[in-house]
Amino acid sequence: MAKFTFMGGVHPYDGKDLSKDKPMKAVLPKGDLVYPLSQHIGAPAKAIVAKGDHVLAGQKIAEAQGFVSAPVYATVSGTVKAIEPRRVVTGDNVMSIVIENDQLYQEVEYPPAVPLKKMSREEIVNKIKEAGIVGMGGAGFPTHVKLSPKEPDKITYVIANCAECEPYLTSDYRRMMEEPEKLIGGLKVILHLFPNAKGVLAVEDNKKDCIELLKKLTKDEPKISVVSLKTKYPQGSERHLIYAVTGRAFNASMLPADVGCIVDNVDTIVAINRAVNEGKPLMNRIVTVTGDAVVNPQNFIVRIGTNYHELIEEAGGFKQEPAKIISGGPMMGFGIFDLDVPTTKTASALLCLTKDDVSEQEPSACINCGRCVEACPGRVVPKLLAEYAEHYDFENFEKHDGLECCECGCCSYVCPAKRPLTQAIKSARKMVLAEKKKKK
Amino acid sequence: MSGLMKVSSNPHIRAKSSTAKIMLTVVIALLPTTGFGIYNFGIRAAMIIAISVATTVLTEFLYEKICKKKVTVGDFSAVVTGLLLALNLPVSVPWWIPVVGGIFAILVVKMLFGGLGQNFMNPALAARCFLLISFTSIMTNFDCDAYTGATPLASLKAGEGVNAMDMILGRTAGTIGETSMIAIVIGACILILAGIIDLKVPGSYIVSFAVFVSLFAYLNGINVNGAYLSAQLAGGGLMLGAFFMATDYVTRPVTKKGQYVYGIFLGFLTAIFRIFGASAEGVSYAIIIGNLLVPLIEKYTMPKAFGKGGERS
Repeated sequence: MAKFTFMGGVHPYDGKDLSKDKPMKAVLPKGDLVYPLSQHIGAPAKAIVAKGDHVLAGQKIAEAQGFVSAPVYATVSGTVKAIEPRRVVTGDNVMSIVIENDQLYQEVEYPPAVPLKKMSREEIVNKIKEAGIVGMGGAGFPTHVKLSPKEPDKITYVIANCAECEPYLTSDYRRMMEEPEKLIGGLKVILHLFPNAKGVLAVEDNKKDCIELLKKLTKDEPKISVVSLKTKYPQGSERHLIYAVTGRAFNASMLPADVGCIVDNVDTIVAINRAVNEGKPLMNRIVTVTGDAVVNPQNFIVRIGTNYHELIEEAGGFKQEPAKIISGGPMMGFGIFDLDVPTTKTASALLCLTKDDVSEQEPSACINCGRCVEACPGRVVPKLLAEYAEHYDFENFEKHDGLECCECGCCSYVCPAKRPLTQAIKSARKMVLAEKKKKK
Repeated sequence: MSGLMKVSSNPHIRAKSSTAKIMLTVVIALLPTTGFGIYNFGIRAAMIIAISVATTVLTEFLYEKICKKKVTVGDFSAVVTGLLLALNLPVSVPWWIPVVGGIFAILVVKMLFGGLGQNFMNPALAARCFLLISFTSIMTNFDCDAYTGATPLASLKAGEGVNAMDMILGRTAGTIGETSMIAIVIGACILILAGIIDLKVPGSYIVSFAVFVSLFAYLNGINVNGAYLSAQLAGGGLMLGAFFMATDYVTRPVTKKGQYVYGIFLGFLTAIFRIFGASAEGVSYAIIIGNLLVPLIEKYTMPKAFGKGGERS
């Protein structure tokens, strides 16, 4: 039974008005482009170019290593300047290919696309794998792995995650309003892989115009429907989205395919459309550059590898000194200490705020108010888990379902004592999961 | 852009609520009750309230200064404790009663256990019970300028008739803040509308109390009728206890189911104390005993996680 929502969640200020009416605009990078070899979950890609090589846009520069991995493509023409560790949004240094942009933007000749009907299942999945497509909503899980469940015939729902529940983000919204046919085309490709599945475009009800448009465009598609979800963060969380659409719930140790579902984010599905119907690899994505510190908030079509400095410049620079810069949305994005990092496949936004709630408010004692328990979409007790985490009591942490946390940030958001609950739980999860991996 | 930016773990935004705002809202919600108490019992009530609040705030401040801890009186929780303590005292008490009570509440019950959030009993109620046991005759003397004689519940227990209307309005003897059901319910509405409390604890407390008190009274050979029940509900600090003290965040279960269990348990205990106990009262004792059971209740009412059966509750 579909409920169109879930228990818990929060309603933060959504900030979408800043950029929601700004059409997508392509940004041509001028400086060097940096391509981290690990922009996805799984094994890092392996560089197949060397320093000094000349490359064209659309040329593969790194190859997937193993099944759970993804290749990387150059997005401009130029010369390989270095292959060295470069800083990414998480603050880590990741081995990256640096390309000196010749500003000619010469592109390779793509082989002509093969009609969908003439390709086998394996060929389609392989096309998606070869295009370097990963979950572009932020998780970065290689899409071809998602599309290869053990029993494809048991998949009954393919859900396009059009919720865009993170505040400030409008990249998916713009994509849906301006290129809905690409989204629907991509969804049809996935549906082609799963003959028993229905396609669902799941949109939050704060995007009424979008729902209407998609409904109009899919009215003659018997297998595709548009579902309007209640607007609430984190509606776009995979497990909560599936629950809202289908009524099926599953825990964190299971996969969507275990309940017969496949979920992909808007930009990922558009990339699938491009890969299969146009034969082109993943080379760009939509990035919302926004926040009250930015002169002209916008939605950019960004070539992967573009430096964040260039995006800020393109948006008119800062009108006020930002107090905090976030790659991604304010609830789950990464705070970055320096703009000198590249746009990756998973970067949905660059948010610049003049006020930093976190450093301005000092945490105080927990008063046991229970707001975190109400807000937690994982239905666990965050204040207790955070306590266990702070005391390194991992046994109790696991016993009380600490691993079920999806790190959405609702608990920290609502806490009146301003306690960093999500942070504590997140670190404990990392340690527990690392320990488990070691044991295996 | 100069230098490096601040970083932190997600989320990067915070809701506007804060501990101080919550406590201040509780103080505001107690104002109708406080105002009625002063109107009902005279200026002496105002003095008791002032002494009590001054004592609790000063005790917390001095303790933290002496122990070189961060001073936390700005969170208004000591104000709430002082106010609640005063509202639970008869107006006739000598000035040193709120002083002793206030020091006990803050120093012994709250600070020695680690300060805000660490106390396992409601400080104001623990102090009241401490005073009741130590200075019984002072604490149960409800004679004052406005009223002489017993509280309505004591009369009810003695088999005398009471005026339920007076009890609902609050024109009766009793502690400063417990007499007016109307004033308390106005305050409760403020708390509910402000999202500070919900009806899980007070609702289950009041309903279960009504059920159990009727049952026990019936078993005890008392004629249970509408007037009896409304007197039981309006009297003896049940409303003040249910809406302002049983709902104390720190000392009630944090789990949803646990809050219902806790409320029902409080109703059961209060009914037992009132019908079978020596005193006509029972709310304070019921709540502090309930406080002690909170860890146990929480342990057995842990919610199920999403995907493990907890997605619907």
